[in-house]
Amino acid sequence: MAVTKLFGAAVKRREDPRLITGRGNFTDHVRLPGTLVMAIKRSPHAHARIVRIDTSKARAMRGVVAVYTGQDLADKLAPVPCAWLIPDSDLKVPPYRAVAVDKVRYVGDAVAVVVAENRYIAQDAVDAIDVEYEPLPAVVDQEKALEPGAPQLYDEVPNNLAFHWKLHAGDFDAAWNAAEVRLSRRLVNHRLIPTAMEPRGALAAFNPGTGELTIWCTSQNPHVHRLLLSAVTGLPETQIRVIATDVGGGFGSKIPMYAGEMIAAAISKELGRPIKWIETRQENYVATIHGRDHIQYVDIAAKRDGTITAVRVRAYANMGAYLSTAAPGVPTWLFGLMLQGAYAIPVVHCDVYGVLTNTTPTDAYRGAGRPEATYLLERMIDILARELGMDPTEIRRKNFIPKDKFPYTTPTGLQYDSGDYEATLDRALELVDYRTLRQQQAELRQRGRYIGIGFSTYVEVCGLAPSQAAGAMGFQGGLWESATVRVHPTGKVTVFTGSNPHGQGEETTFAQLVADELGVPFEDVEIVHGDTEMVPFGMGTYGSRSTAVGGAALVHACRKVKEKAQRIAAHLLEVSPEDLAFENGRFFVKGAPDRGMTFQEVALQAYLAWKLPRDIEPGLEATHFFDPVNNTFPFGCHICVVEVDPETGKVDFLEYVAVDDVGNVINPMIVDGQVHGGIAQGLAQAVYEFAAYDQNGQLLTASLMDYAIPKASMLPAFTVDRTVTPTPVNPMGVKGAGETGTIASTPAVVNAVIDALAPFGIEHIDMPLTPERIWRAVRERSA
Amino acid sequence: MYPSTFTYYRAGSVQEALKLLVENPDAKLLAGGHSLIPAMKLRLATPSALIDISRIPELAGIRDAGDRIVIGAMTRYDDIRRSDLVQRVLPILPEAIDVIGDLQVRNMGTIGGSLAHADPAADLPAVVLALGAELKAVGPNGERTIPADQFFVDLFTTALQANEILTEIAIPKPPARTGMSYQKFANPASGYAVVGVAAVVPLGEDGKVSAVRVGVTGAGPYAVRRENVEQALVGKEPTAEAIEAASQLASEGMNFNSDIFASEEYRAHLTRVFTKRALTRAVERARG
Ligand SMILES: Cc1cc2nc3c(=O)[nH]c(=O)nc-3n(C[C@H](O)[C@H](O)[C@H](O)COP(=O)(O)OP(=O)(O)OC[C@H]3O[C@@H](n4cnc5c(N)ncnc54)[C@H](O)[C@@H]3O)c2cc1C
Repeated sequence: MAVTKLFGAAVKRREDPRLITGRGNFTDHVRLPGTLVMAIKRSPHAHARIVRIDTSKARAMRGVVAVYTGQDLADKLAPVPCAWLIPDSDLKVPPYRAVAVDKVRYVGDAVAVVVAENRYIAQDAVDAIDVEYEPLPAVVDQEKALEPGAPQLYDEVPNNLAFHWKLHAGDFDAAWNAAEVRLSRRLVNHRLIPTAMEPRGALAAFNPGTGELTIWCTSQNPHVHRLLLSAVTGLPETQIRVIATDVGGGFGSKIPMYAGEMIAAAISKELGRPIKWIETRQENYVATIHGRDHIQYVDIAAKRDGTITAVRVRAYANMGAYLSTAAPGVPTWLFGLMLQGAYAIPVVHCDVYGVLTNTTPTDAYRGAGRPEATYLLERMIDILARELGMDPTEIRRKNFIPKDKFPYTTPTGLQYDSGDYEATLDRALELVDYRTLRQQQAELRQRGRYIGIGFSTYVEVCGLAPSQAAGAMGFQGGLWESATVRVHPTGKVTVFTGSNPHGQGEETTFAQLVADELGVPFEDVEIVHGDTEMVPFGMGTYGSRSTAVGGAALVHACRKVKEKAQRIAAHLLEVSPEDLAFENGRFFVKGAPDRGMTFQEVALQAYLAWKLPRDIEPGLEATHFFDPVNNTFPFGCHICVVEVDPETGKVDFLEYVAVDDVGNVINPMIVDGQVHGGIAQGLAQAVYEFAAYDQNGQLLTASLMDYAIPKASMLPAFTVDRTVTPTPVNPMGVKGAGETGTIASTPAVVNAVIDALAPFGIEHIDMPLTPERIWRAVRERSA
Repeated sequence: MYPSTFTYYRAGSVQEALKLLVENPDAKLLAGGHSLIPAMKLRLATPSALIDISRIPELAGIRDAGDRIVIGAMTRYDDIRRSDLVQRVLPILPEAIDVIGDLQVRNMGTIGGSLAHADPAADLPAVVLALGAELKAVGPNGERTIPADQFFVDLFTTALQANEILTEIAIPKPPARTGMSYQKFANPASGYAVVGVAAVVPLGEDGKVSAVRVGVTGAGPYAVRRENVEQALVGKEPTAEAIEAASQLASEGMNFNSDIFASEEYRAHLTRVFTKRALTRAVERARG
């Protein structure tokens, strides 16, 4: 064992100096000579027939190189692909043209493309294109879209129903009939806009001399984008290089294949010149995916003692106007599988209707499906507790899967790897001093002040894998990850990882892992990611999988390297490999520590190859493709304390405690950062952020002036703590921390607000809990 | 986010700016640029030329003119906020400026730009109404003074003519025992006022309200004074009950905006609540 032990150390993020000082290498920073700029003309109508497009004025403008309509591009690009084909759901995937041909189906749908010398001219030309539309009635609400007589988006998708997905585990009717308590509620998990700091963009450079396309783009998964770009452009994969080294946030919004990047690639191929396209923030708001938008009808069956015996959900997922790349899997598998949460609920029934509407397509957004499930359960369990006069902590304890039941097989067929749910609750209660807090609450109520305490005891599924499960769920890809560890002659190490961190800090944590495994200095480890020409293959960064899957691939590759190094060292030291020990980056003979070689000396010998035995190849490098046997299941308890001003409906945050269990922790500072950011995002869904459409399908929150991303002053200080229950699924025992905060926090906040409003007899308010909604609820009850 | 083509002029004096305005009829004056430039980037405004008046020396600065304090129209928010004189005599200005935008906005934005722009959700319009300010404008036909009460005419519309330049804001010094406060309910997305209420309350020797001015922004299409609230309080002991009763009148006879964040009804309610809060605070301060 190496004693350097960086595992567990709060090493500062090595990516930060370049990012903080503006020296990152983002797509828009790349400059190539002869680049033309592309801009997209977008539909101002949510639903309309395109009658005529007049591009003559735009074409005649000085500095305009080309103008394309959907017709012009139709045979140059296949439709935008959908790659999560959920089985047994009567899934219909209508064609999603990169540039609309006959009809536009949402505000932001592309109708024409301009290529010009610079961005200003490109925008002038976009304005000069004249499109005649025949507006059609639009529908934005998924329930209304299913009603008879609703506007139809596609002839081939009757009633706008893209799929009906089911997951039925256990006998719900029996449980319902036998129940002592039955609760039925409708919950809305509203639409959100991911709002990555860097909008999307691409620089596509096709070289007519070599026939190769290099594309820099904002991607969480460059290899997947290469594969999809190959499919839509007809260029072989070997001729496409995708580079996405620095990406300014994604939250899922940079997983899908989009029209913009595809068009840039096709036009670069056509014109033989580099084409740059960078979204404006407004485009980002209409043309990059949205998240959530899930309406749920929930039935809960329980006993009087609080034991939940069954949960049934009928959900309507708003898919938007087209099915985005991973969209069908998000409100179905990633939601339904988790409907028992942290509780020993034996019966789970779930039906999800995926509905097409005249809105921006939805897809995976931080948490993806799991926030919808967690919010539903954590809200319902609070409603049940109140119904039964139980404390919210008591009812949770009653239903927790006990710690001696792991691994635990859920009725939905998942196997929860490890857990001790009660421990996180206990620790969180201790941190907020629950008893005192409840007393304080009672006293303050006497004085007309309303504080509330909200809980969320969540479990989520991370480290999205394994490939077999992906196949069974209809996901058109594997869910493993690859890593190549290359030791150079000097003993310095380059790692090529298929993960593509874009804010998660793996350039640091992965280097910590390698330094520990190989006993080399942290500074000697270089992490390379985000370039399909360098990395063998990668599935990418999403679903809190980079460390649990990509990191595990890396550790396995390191172990292969070390094993070879040990064989070389043994040969040179004239002992057998088993006789060697490894410590502090040095192999030495057991019992004779003076006889040894450093890892760097072995590396040099591996490359000199002067004295290698015949059965050992020169060089020191290994690749590992890691496909875990299972997912990981982080869990924890979040407690939020708020004060509500009933006069204005405004919510103030008093305290926020998060006790998470993400397994072993490689870098606590980075995990804290992930948790902080996650809480900010989930809390914002509860009280600040919402996307709104009017009846005609106009997005009313199409800018940061209207869409409330929280500022630091709008958030409480976070108290973050952890318990540690390692997972057996990967060699490091890590679970994943990218989404826990988002998944856990939304219900904790809503539960806190509702708890504060209990004296008014308020049992539920749908999110977002804006001041006006709260004020109205209070006023109704007070009247 | 790419404006259409425009010419940029930097005026060295008010006279030069006026001349440029005559020569470029669809030009726009550029002050701090923090309302105008965003509108141009979205192509909501497409002026053929910008006339930058932000660096004209005679338009910036704060001076004590005896019974009034005079603030140049191009004085930046942050310079006002940090002025000793303003902090001492007109503390409602720093209080309001503190809740405008962020640091960059306060470093660039100007009082004149904000007032001339007359955004229905801007903060300072309510404040100048409550302070009873007078606004000086210069045009081809010379100078004129416009009382704040007559300045805000409609949504993004003021009493200024297209060829006039706002040059100064003159604010009478309040009498002794005056308390003032600006209370804002900010939109969580934009930070602008959903409702903002400015109250300036001088108390007499007897502790009664001797005069009072209340300005409301955010609630309606333009900032307005609430004379009905003022009348209900003048001559009264400013008790909690009196303030509550007067504040109930704050929403009477007003037109309210409505948007995804706050309906008309809710804005009317907030107008009453924030009037009460601003008055309460101002009275506390007047009492010392
Ligand atoms: C991120 C952000 C947040 C903001 N938050 C707030 C907020 O919370 N509260 C708030 O009140 N404001 C806010 N603002 C607006 C800010 O205060 C603006 O700076 C201000 O409204 C306009 O002042 P300016 O000097 O920037 O004017 P400019 O933008 O330069 O000009 C605005 C308009 O006034 C005209 N104009 C300027 N000067 C004169 C003059 N002397 N005579 C005649 N016409 C003139 C211009 O032609 C233009 O039409 C925010 C702005 C931003 C970008």
